[in-house]
Amino acid sequence: MNLFVFVKRVPDTESKIKIDHEKRTIVEEGLNFVLSPYDEYAVEEALRLREAKGGRVVIFSVGAETSKVILKKCLAMGADDAVLLKDEAPESYDGLRTSKVIAKALQTKFKDFDLLLFGRQSMGADNAQVPSMTAELLGLPQVNVVTKLEIEGNRGTAEREIEGASEKVSFSLPAVISAQKGLNEPRYETLKGIMAAKRKEIPVLTVEDLGLSAADLAPQLKMTGLESPPVRQAGTVIDDEPVIAAKKIVEFLREKAKVI
Amino acid sequence: MDFSLNEEQELLRQTVREFAENEIKPLREELDEKEEFSIPLTQKMADLGLFGILIPPEYDGMQMDYLSYCIVVEELARVDGCQAATVAAGNSLGSCPVACYGSEEQKKALLPKLAAGKLWGFGLTEPNAGSDAGGTQTTAVKKSDKWILNGSKIFITNAATDITLGSTIQTVTGEREGGKKVYTCFLVKQDTPGYSAKPMHKKMTWRSSNTAEIYLEDVELTDADILGGEGEGFHQMLETLDSGRLAIAAMGVGGAQGALETAVAYAKERRQFGRPIGKFQALAFRMADMATEVEAARSLLYRACWLKDSGRPFSMEAAMIKLYASEVMKRAADGAVQILGGYGLMEEYPAAKFYRDQRLLEIGEGTSEMQRLVISRKLGL
Repeated sequence: MNLFVFVKRVPDTESKIKIDHEKRTIVEEGLNFVLSPYDEYAVEEALRLREAKGGRVVIFSVGAETSKVILKKCLAMGADDAVLLKDEAPESYDGLRTSKVIAKALQTKFKDFDLLLFGRQSMGADNAQVPSMTAELLGLPQVNVVTKLEIEGNRGTAEREIEGASEKVSFSLPAVISAQKGLNEPRYETLKGIMAAKRKEIPVLTVEDLGLSAADLAPQLKMTGLESPPVRQAGTVIDDEPVIAAKKIVEFLREKAKVI
Repeated sequence: MDFSLNEEQELLRQTVREFAENEIKPLREELDEKEEFSIPLTQKMADLGLFGILIPPEYDGMQMDYLSYCIVVEELARVDGCQAATVAAGNSLGSCPVACYGSEEQKKALLPKLAAGKLWGFGLTEPNAGSDAGGTQTTAVKKSDKWILNGSKIFITNAATDITLGSTIQTVTGEREGGKKVYTCFLVKQDTPGYSAKPMHKKMTWRSSNTAEIYLEDVELTDADILGGEGEGFHQMLETLDSGRLAIAAMGVGGAQGALETAVAYAKERRQFGRPIGKFQALAFRMADMATEVEAARSLLYRACWLKDSGRPFSMEAAMIKLYASEVMKRAADGAVQILGGYGLMEEYPAAKFYRDQRLLEIGEGTSEMQRLVISRKLGL
């Protein structure tokens, strides 16, 4: 099986995010960047499928040279190859743009695949668009937010989370799936894996190499503002006799919070 | 001058940090309280490859550089000095002497197993021979084609677990003209008749690492069990300790970092007089000093590693950083206890364990006094 996984470099979830209001983006200086956590489930699932069925796991990332570090991490986890689809443009938060780059790469250079795996969304931008858009651009079946995956021959079954329940979907290959937490428990890279990754070259293809023009890549989305969430207000303290306090809480829940 | 780590070293740090946070931290307090050496946890560290860091690839190891090795030890010690001790002793003292001085046959027989997580002790210290190696009383006497070993060793890390295969034992095998003792090291397997190793308990420090006493009563060995050659034991032990000091220093840097982070996190949350206590300069400045010292220690450690990795003399710097990092961690752990106040005295909070685990660093693998002696001699004093 040819398993392609698409990963993104994102700020560490433990980082303290600062906003550059003028550029309407986050300040990257001083931030620690990691492999987006949902993408780790996608990489792990691909590795497990390869271990069970044979084949190859190839990792792709759309981004600048700095994304090579997360590709190295995926190689250290055990992926066979990694490719950087180099795009020096700053973060546009435009999922369609990213999907176009991926779709073009697959249509022109990497045509032979059975399954495309993504994280359900990148941590940070949280748009959850790229898997679906890529599937649409390529005309492939897609299953999102997958918590269980089985592949048999050229068909797959996936369980996905829906509101209050889980849905079982059957699909034909090639297909697109996006991974949800719970799909598996990602492995640690081993020291052997790190040493092996050191020896592997990461080929780089620029958006120009893929034949994409500036017009193809013009963002369809414009960031008009970026703000930190408002600071949480201090809570209300009710300091009264139990009988009175209970009444006040009920009143609060009914009138202010409107939950009962 | 380029101070940046390469991609692999960054990745290594990230991996070991994640592993320590997710796999070691949840067990740290319980293992420490029970004074329990954990085989499953040791096996998990072995699966990651942490016991084959310095072993050459032909014996299933990774043969990474010393800087990478020290980054691993540092990240383990940031969370738990005990597991860092198991790994540091496994590499510096367990597999290293075999890899450096062993015969092809010895290396083939032992190193792949040690790389996979089996342990091997390093028997140097004796009840009457600590800093003064000249006091060694364990002897090996040749009778026809056999060597007969008698004596005992003490404070030997990793030497008495269910996954220990044996230990390197330094013995006195004779006397040179002028009365200088001749030292020879033997590789002694755990099941050799007359050989026994038992865990030492009631420790203040490194409680979930394994520390052993070893007894040798008429243990029969042959020439094939000698490490390197007859009479090379003293030199082997000195060289092993030189390199081992770097790993102990890495434990100091990592432990100091862990203590600092504990203090900072607490100082941001704990409120007194209407504000987080970290807003009070008396405490904020103390943490600023701790952070400065940790960074200074890390820089000296990495430089000493660079000296060793690039084949330059490093024994003075190794002694300096072993001395300095131990003392930096002492001040950092003391600061953490102070900043946590009453909670700093409680074992449910990590400051107390950093405080206890630090204490070993000024004693093990050469006391701070011996490091000062090494350094002052290098100054020609």
